[in-house]
Amino acid sequence: MHLLNQVKYLIKKEILLEWRSKYAINGVLLYVVSSVFVCFLSFITIDNKITWNALFWIIILFSSINGVSKGFLQETKGQQLYSYIVASPIAIILAKTIYNILLMLALTTIALAVYTTVFSYVPVDFLMFYVAVVLGSLSFSTIFTMVSAIASKAGNGGMLMAILSFPVIIPVLIVLIRLAKNAIDGLDRSVSLDEIGILLMINVMAICASLLLFPYLWRD
Amino acid sequence: MYKSWWKILGSVIVIYTTVAGLLLGVPHLPILNETIRNLYFHVPMWFAMLTLFSISVFYSIKHLLTGDQADDLRAVESVNVGVVFSLLGLVTGSLWAKYTWGQYWSFDVKQNFTAVAILLYFAYLILRNAIDEQQKRAKISAIYNIFAFPMMIVLILVLPRLSDSLHPGNGGNPGFNKYDLDERMRMVLYPAFIGWSVIGYWIYTIRFRIRSIENQQNS
Repeated sequence: MHLLNQVKYLIKKEILLEWRSKYAINGVLLYVVSSVFVCFLSFITIDNKITWNALFWIIILFSSINGVSKGFLQETKGQQLYSYIVASPIAIILAKTIYNILLMLALTTIALAVYTTVFSYVPVDFLMFYVAVVLGSLSFSTIFTMVSAIASKAGNGGMLMAILSFPVIIPVLIVLIRLAKNAIDGLDRSVSLDEIGILLMINVMAICASLLLFPYLWRD
Repeated sequence: MYKSWWKILGSVIVIYTTVAGLLLGVPHLPILNETIRNLYFHVPMWFAMLTLFSISVFYSIKHLLTGDQADDLRAVESVNVGVVFSLLGLVTGSLWAKYTWGQYWSFDVKQNFTAVAILLYFAYLILRNAIDEQQKRAKISAIYNIFAFPMMIVLILVLPRLSDSLHPGNGGNPGFNKYDLDERMRMVLYPAFIGWSVIGYWIYTIRFRIRSIENQQNS
């Protein structure tokens, strides 16, 4: 219960800080909407459904790297010290991951809404596509949270974040694109169970690895 | 002498598999023809790579638990040697692909995913270059190494099985041990796995010793 209270407290703190400045959410939102708009201006219409799908995931990938990596990279030394005093490292990484999942869920949902309206195309099996989007925001948050913690400790923010996270995220992205493709083609839902299983497995693996490794990472 | 028996064993096995692999009879199969001999050189590279990366993860975990700097050196040197073996595996694979699939790189899932897996380890090496302070570098790179290892396993062993691939053993294509592999080939292939892994381990121990002597001289 002690851990649960700490996690709840830290998530509340994150949301409160975000609510006061509204910097991350508005910034990333603007990033998503403007990149969708840039794509719209350069493509006008997308007849090819594979391109539509790939473009969507590329936009989500880059906006989630920007959104999630803010969590650790932009924290000041004082903020870090504060959370290390009030909570255990496991509570900190859990709180960050859960907060990032919430942020990503909101962000990807808005991005999906904007994307479908701008390109006026809705996938055949929309529910399945939304499941892919939810799983995507889940996996991006769990993996990027841990990688951004590593990158922030290495002290060389942006570039390291991209180098370290791309090879890790590519397998996830490929499975996600395949799952989303199944939804676009309107295949029977039982076909996609394999992909959903793998994504859940990767998520569990990533969360376990972060819980085990973060206690070694946080101390300077 | 009694301590180096495994080095002699490893060299003898590798010499045996090279000579026997090139001279011993192989089943005559359409398309493959004599390129089937590449099996003796291609697959053992991945075995050696997996052995070395496993050693590296083992020492990374040990480093996190004990904080010993020598363990960090062991982890990075085994990654260095493992990366060389993975590149050799990729090269032998694409040479073989040239003669059977028609192209060195045909964007097959197996090729792409192994390339991404190698990128993971290049990222590990770059991460090491990015941090100056020795203890911090050891700790952070050990953490990334442990985080990356399961992803490498997913990339190399799990994902290629899910999609269509030209590679033997994937996407409905028969693997070599289904029916092509006869007794003669097993006699060469299985020792090759052990032999190349031992040689890889040997190179890693030499590199580790050179680096520790260098470190001692510098300090």
